[in-house]
Amino acid sequence: MAIGLPSLAHAQEAVSFDQRVNDIFAGSTGWFVNLIFMNLPGTNFPWIVLWLVVAASIFTIYFGFIQIKAFGHAISLVKGDYSDPEDAGEVSHFQALTTALSGTVGLGNIAGVAVAVGIGGPGATFWMIVAGLLGMASKFTECTLGVKYRNEYPDGTVSGGPMYYMTKGFKERSLPGGRVLAIIFAIFTIGGALGGGNMFQANQAHAQITQITGDFSGLITGVVFAVVVFAVIVGGIKSIASVTEKVVPFMGILYVLAALIILIVNADQIGWAFGQIFAGAFTGLGVAGGFVGALIQGFKRAAFSNEAGVGSAAIAHAAVKTKEPVTEGVVSLLEPFIDTVVICTMTALVITISGVLVMDPATGQFVLNEAGTAIKTVDGSSGVALTSAAFATGFSWFPYLLAIAVILFAFSTMISWSYYGLKAWTYLFGEGKTTELVFKLIFCFFIIVGAAAQLGAVIDFSDAMIFAMAVVNITALYFLMPIVKREMNSYFARLKSGEIIKHNH
Amino acid sequence: MSKTTIVVGLDGSEAGARALDFAKRQAKVIGECSIAICYVIEWSPYSFQTKEENEQRHKRREEELALAHERVMDPAVSQAKEEGFDVVAIVRHGDAADILDSVAKKHDAAQIVVGRVGVRGLKERVFGGVTGRLAAAASVPVTIIP
Repeated sequence: MAIGLPSLAHAQEAVSFDQRVNDIFAGSTGWFVNLIFMNLPGTNFPWIVLWLVVAASIFTIYFGFIQIKAFGHAISLVKGDYSDPEDAGEVSHFQALTTALSGTVGLGNIAGVAVAVGIGGPGATFWMIVAGLLGMASKFTECTLGVKYRNEYPDGTVSGGPMYYMTKGFKERSLPGGRVLAIIFAIFTIGGALGGGNMFQANQAHAQITQITGDFSGLITGVVFAVVVFAVIVGGIKSIASVTEKVVPFMGILYVLAALIILIVNADQIGWAFGQIFAGAFTGLGVAGGFVGALIQGFKRAAFSNEAGVGSAAIAHAAVKTKEPVTEGVVSLLEPFIDTVVICTMTALVITISGVLVMDPATGQFVLNEAGTAIKTVDGSSGVALTSAAFATGFSWFPYLLAIAVILFAFSTMISWSYYGLKAWTYLFGEGKTTELVFKLIFCFFIIVGAAAQLGAVIDFSDAMIFAMAVVNITALYFLMPIVKREMNSYFARLKSGEIIKHNH
Repeated sequence: MSKTTIVVGLDGSEAGARALDFAKRQAKVIGECSIAICYVIEWSPYSFQTKEENEQRHKRREEELALAHERVMDPAVSQAKEEGFDVVAIVRHGDAADILDSVAKKHDAAQIVVGRVGVRGLKERVFGGVTGRLAAAASVPVTIIP
């Protein structure tokens, strides 16, 4: 008993620390979250969701359903069919795609889907798929521009992203305000890097670890993560980053395989699950917020997962070596497809089939929790813990594997976003060892905040910052889309005429 | 009559040097013969890279090419030229077996000469070494120098 007392006191102190951090956090960021997620007058539909959907739809129509038209060509490009052998040795389309994917495939696909399905029901999946398919056009637009207006420095290194196409593209079209947009975008990118790219990851990784080990303070997870990330981004221990970046794609494959096995074992229920997804998409019966709730959750989570329209991927794709910016735009449209249409749907199907969502057998409708904010789950879990519980119905050992996957996903996303954030930071404050170090230290500090704060405040803030990036980025995309169209028409005309040829046969 | 071409794979090793010596002897015997000395920097477009690696890739590539020329190609080429041989130097990134074969095809070569060394261990057991894969799949005769 005497031994137990100090640890009990310590636990209480830790809990109150978490609570304190959460209160300060929620209090200081609440106004921003409210502004970004403000509903359209007289509805409960956030304007930001409409903003993303409208943009993705406009790009889809403006570029003539590029996601369907260029899908096959995207696969050819990734295979290297159009890579000039004389250019070999540069960053390939495959490498640019996998690098960008390692930043987006992560907790959004595991925890985000669970949040969407937990609140919006299986119907949210339908809207997530729709958003994913539409988002392919947004990604095409931003990544084409990312490559076209990247900076190539005398030492051969390249840097690109929305900051560069906002400044250079606006100048080219003689439009004012490019520099102002770039600065605002950079500020939000830093916020997004600290929020969704950092705190959300740390928070969900902690949730997953406690699921396995039992409850302990998020402070501990935060400090451990902060130390490792510090070693990589400040200490220059690139080997850790390079190992994770290489392992993450395999974890992604492993995750999809595990989901596939569960789905194959429960093959008889797949039809029913798709039925739930379609029925729920339009009726939203028995879920929080009804039809609109399903739609909003689907769209929100899809955007958070695949980052289409946000502008982050344009930074990752900019390094590819190609003479044709359109090729990378085309390749990048595979990203929302893999991330959202394939991986997120897998997660949603497993959650739906596993029966972790409580359904009223009499009515066939989902039962809401006591607060009426989400669907009641078998064990009361939400987020990543819900996905873990769903997969555990197929494989009892799965939570352990998922814990490792989540930690690696979280880690690789943090490293990716530290890079995006750093690019934005150096855009604002200039290149230099000291300015870089300052950002990196802030980044590591926020890992601890993220792991210690409670889920609600962190998710809201990270959503808000990333969506704020999309506000600025999409504004710029509207002004620059004629340039993309010109490039696209020229490229596909040359492809058709045989001027651009396949190198591999 | 057009010139015969022999493609030689050089990797900076002793065996590579022996392969070049053999090619030179062959070239002398043939008379009208040029030697295409080929150095391949092993690189796969399907490897996974970090964002920093991507950003720096162009710079690294230039450094790799400069090093390959400086340490392996230039000394070998200038020596062969001094000895009176007609030589072309080729440095490429990619898979050594594929590149050597494509260079041979491009130059309409009579044969490829390589030294018998390669990566030992699991990778070679599973995927086969450069020489093994060349012997199995090349479109022209392959001479492997012990």
